[in-house]
Amino acid sequence: MVLVPVAAMMVVSGCSAGTDEQVVTIAAASSLTDAFTELGAQFEADDPRVTLRFTFAGSSTLAEQVMAGAPIDVLATASPQTMGIAVQAGDVDQPVVFATNALAIAVPIGNPAGITGLADLAEPDVTVVVCAAQVPCGAAARAALARSGVALTPASLEPDVRAVLAKVVADEADAGLVYRSDIVTAGDTVEGITIPDDENASTEYLIATTSRGGDAAERFVDLVLSPAGQAVLADSGFGAP
Amino acid sequence: MTTPRAQVRQAPIPRILLPLAVLAFAFLALPLLGLLLTAPWGQMTSLLTSPTALEALRLSIATSLAAAAITVLLGVPLAWVLARRDFPGRTLVRGLVLIPLVLPPVVGGVTLLTAFGRRGLVGQYLYDWFGIQLPFSTAGVIMAEAFVALPFLVITVEGALRSLDGIYEDAARTLGARPTRILLRVTAPLIAPSLIAGTVLAWARALGEFGATLTFAGNFPGVTQTLPLAVYSALEVSRDEAIALSVILLAVSFTVLVALRGRLLGGRG
Repeated sequence: MVLVPVAAMMVVSGCSAGTDEQVVTIAAASSLTDAFTELGAQFEADDPRVTLRFTFAGSSTLAEQVMAGAPIDVLATASPQTMGIAVQAGDVDQPVVFATNALAIAVPIGNPAGITGLADLAEPDVTVVVCAAQVPCGAAARAALARSGVALTPASLEPDVRAVLAKVVADEADAGLVYRSDIVTAGDTVEGITIPDDENASTEYLIATTSRGGDAAERFVDLVLSPAGQAVLADSGFGAP
Repeated sequence: MTTPRAQVRQAPIPRILLPLAVLAFAFLALPLLGLLLTAPWGQMTSLLTSPTALEALRLSIATSLAAAAITVLLGVPLAWVLARRDFPGRTLVRGLVLIPLVLPPVVGGVTLLTAFGRRGLVGQYLYDWFGIQLPFSTAGVIMAEAFVALPFLVITVEGALRSLDGIYEDAARTLGARPTRILLRVTAPLIAPSLIAGTVLAWARALGEFGATLTFAGNFPGVTQTLPLAVYSALEVSRDEAIALSVILLAVSFTVLVALRGRLLGGRG
């Protein structure tokens, strides 16, 4: 009798073994939100028997979740380091690089603080938000600032790149360091300022199925690596691997 | 303390309740046990004296105390009006006051941004006229904490005021005391236990605040990174540090709640 509530919880948490429908859970870096959502719609249109569930967050959070045994079938991170956490733990197989990205400065529409480059971010009355160092966009931001010799005191260290973008869209921050792809997908809600290559830092995106990922998970990875998948990523502002 | 052990009736209980009660307790206690068993007790001192941890602890204590003070200053008058004044729309007002209790704190943070952000309803004037920007500031942390904590104080104090027998206040009034004097000399002492309980609950809620703080005030060590935010940030770098910080939060909450047990169960006086 004691077990009844436990059994009820298990049903609610969705152990739907034995049905035809397959659910594939894909954990992806938050910068992939738009591109993967679009790819997911394509995938589901091609194969209606598979339902994709996405979880988007900072890569380090996702790697931690995979390590902790979260029911994730595909992991896509924004850096080799974060993927390495999951690889080391033996939870993913053979990660493949599928895209690259570099940083750009996002500013609110109208660029109220008149930002033209990284050097302007160090001005004392400019409110700048960046990613926390443990997420790939934060690591890239650190690298870019070091390369360009800009000493910056950010107003906030955000848990993922979309949180940085949100602060700029809301016009709470004068500038935020995000990926080029974020500027593309943000459309006309922010303005982007290019960082020259010699001051910039780039990152590689890796994708892999986890030890619990099945055939459908493999097929999603194949779609990402296919010309169609690469075209969607290119449209979203990502670089080729 | 009004509920001594002797008052708890040792009534026979229906057989089905006991296993379920044990299950409920295990459900709540096991995660805490897990935390305590995983805690790196050997390195506790060094982990908790790291600059990040100390800064977060200091900031958490300062902001949660400030938030508790604000909830008392603003919450008691609000509770008094809700308990003692009949006005059109009172039910609606009470509903609105309680919203932060059920609102996901992240949503609370978003609503704070729409009101007090640099482009918010009020925030735009603060920024344009005085150059005050609450997001990314310690003041913003205190606001986020006070926002989620205020309802705890209001419902506790309002409940106490409602259940108060009016005869002492009536007596004071017939003896010619002015309303303010009655409030301070008669009503306040009578509701003191509930006021203390409400304040401590509000303070504990402020101490544990995470979502609204992260959304509204951001996350920067020494300025806006309180203990819960430090736990979240540390989780991805040093699990040991995250667990050590969590143990501190747990110890504080547990001490406060156990100390308050009598008050919470016994109501006023």
